[in-house]
Amino acid sequence: MFPELIDTRPLRRAIDDGLNWVVRNWGDEFEAAAYPLLMLLKAIEDLLIATPWWLIMAILVGIAWLATRNWKLPVVVLVSLLFLGMMDLWKDAMTTMALMIAATITAIVISIPVGVWMSRSLTVRNVITPVLDLMQTLPSFVYLIPTVMIFGPGKIPALIATIVYAAPPLVRLTDLGLRSVDPAVMEASRAFGTNPRQRLLGVQIPLALPTILAGINQTTMMALAMVVIASMIGAGGLGYQVLQGIGRLEVSRGLFAGLGIVVLAIIFDRITQSFGKQLQGRIGLAEARS
Amino acid sequence: MNAIDIQADTRSDLAIAMRGVTKIFGEKPQEALALLQSGRSKAEVQAETNHVVGLDNVSLDIARGQIFVVMGLSGSGKSTLIRHVNRLIEPTAGEIVVNGTDVLKMSLDELRIYRRTQVAMVFQKFGLLPHRSVIDNVAYGLEVRGVGRQERLTEAAKWIETVGLAGYEQSQPRQLSGGQQQRVGLARALALDTDIILMDEAFSALDPLIRSGMQDQLIDLQKSLGKTILFITHDFDEALKIGDRIAVLKDGAVQQEGKPEDIVLRPANEHIEEFVREVNKARAIHVRSIMEKGEHELCEQAVSKDARCEDVLPLFAEHQWVGVVDESGHQIGRVTAKQVIKALARYTPGVG
Repeated sequence: MFPELIDTRPLRRAIDDGLNWVVRNWGDEFEAAAYPLLMLLKAIEDLLIATPWWLIMAILVGIAWLATRNWKLPVVVLVSLLFLGMMDLWKDAMTTMALMIAATITAIVISIPVGVWMSRSLTVRNVITPVLDLMQTLPSFVYLIPTVMIFGPGKIPALIATIVYAAPPLVRLTDLGLRSVDPAVMEASRAFGTNPRQRLLGVQIPLALPTILAGINQTTMMALAMVVIASMIGAGGLGYQVLQGIGRLEVSRGLFAGLGIVVLAIIFDRITQSFGKQLQGRIGLAEARS
Repeated sequence: MNAIDIQADTRSDLAIAMRGVTKIFGEKPQEALALLQSGRSKAEVQAETNHVVGLDNVSLDIARGQIFVVMGLSGSGKSTLIRHVNRLIEPTAGEIVVNGTDVLKMSLDELRIYRRTQVAMVFQKFGLLPHRSVIDNVAYGLEVRGVGRQERLTEAAKWIETVGLAGYEQSQPRQLSGGQQQRVGLARALALDTDIILMDEAFSALDPLIRSGMQDQLIDLQKSLGKTILFITHDFDEALKIGDRIAVLKDGAVQQEGKPEDIVLRPANEHIEEFVREVNKARAIHVRSIMEKGEHELCEQAVSKDARCEDVLPLFAEHQWVGVVDESGHQIGRVTAKQVIKALARYTPGVG
């Protein structure tokens, strides 16, 4: 056994007491701070559930067609959505989709500025990269419990846990995309007297957009990967069906709901990827990267 | 006080004046600079301090309205030199005065305005924005300057036509050939209507025939627009063809600066002599620079004063003397085959 060099008990007690103190004294403030997130999630969920099923199908199939200009993906999307409807998973699927969309939107709002900041400073990158590693590798239950303690069980901790898990790839890919813009183009832009804002908005972000979109694709996928865990703390949706299936040993319920998650993943993965490809083609990077 | 005024005056008729510009790449350039100024060579400085000398005490005077070519092999510092003019690279020491203003004293904001309004640049790798159409690329500089959309598109369309790309306005850069892309790059620089255009190996990436066409077009444009063009190249033939004056750069230092003929007829050292040996001298040397000046009896055959040696060679089959006339047809001198042969013969120090 490794010799006991220090006594870790006081440290652990300090952390536990600290968390309890935060929960007791700041719990309400934290909840109030996260209220806009809850509103966002609720608004999206209400909208998706209130929209008739055929309209949602029409919109998603339409988006799929816009992304590919081809009949294949729209058919895949249509069949996937029919599967969700016929398996009686529609409402749960909408709840899960709402969580995923809310998490993705929040992740975009946070990650892109952080990615921009990282791409400009080596120091910032050196500080943030290990934080991202931590966010992706730390078992979600480790931060799920304190979040539940602070915010109480329900949709907010579920959303926050999903964001923590899903945001890092977008930060990384934004940083990568911005840094890998052709230096010759950046220099030309500088030679014409652009200021940093003009270079960022006019050159860097448009040219990094395919990479950023790949990051958004990753974020949606990782958000879907979190739905079962998120449903443990009250997110509901397809994850909750899986959980119930496991709890009641109803294999079929777990299987169908699980397939429902896969179907959602396929829809959003293919759509975001196709948009990425379309964008690459427009910028002329398709040949260079294939 | 007076001396300074005079100095400032003589510089104001220069487009670009560089004085003792030195650039050292590395962590502690000042230490390496001290070594360099104490008389060590570029190689010694690099061995001792691990700093690379990009430019070594470069002084150039570039008068308005000429094509000034800086010629050098790769690693000679020519691309570093041109980037000092618009301060894409900051010098370690020296002074750079453009249109009478000290570029190095500008604040960041002043520098941006200076880049937007006084110097435009054309790049070897084109540097076009791949996500914008040709016309939006050409209008880019004006957009950065804050010109309204309608006005800048009209202006851009005009320059696209000038460089011979009419009809390609809405194309994407990647759909164009290398030569066409560089025409876009040239139009983008011309659209800014700056007095000075910097061209960094602008034609080096192009096929020989297209390159030759672009050179002719550049000479024509310069004649009609009267811009000051600082042109960088590694190609001596190109330098001789388009340059009003040429500076030869090696190891970051200017080896020789002068008119093309000066360099061809009187190479300053062995390094330049090596270049001269490879060029087609008959094409490089103007007859006016070797002719016998003054009033002579009228010759039966005459050539213009812009003629090169290769133009008069066929005439010697029939004639002993060939006259040289100015624009108005007035004979200003004459040449004989002997003079031409002497000019074309290999330069040997101590002979002739």
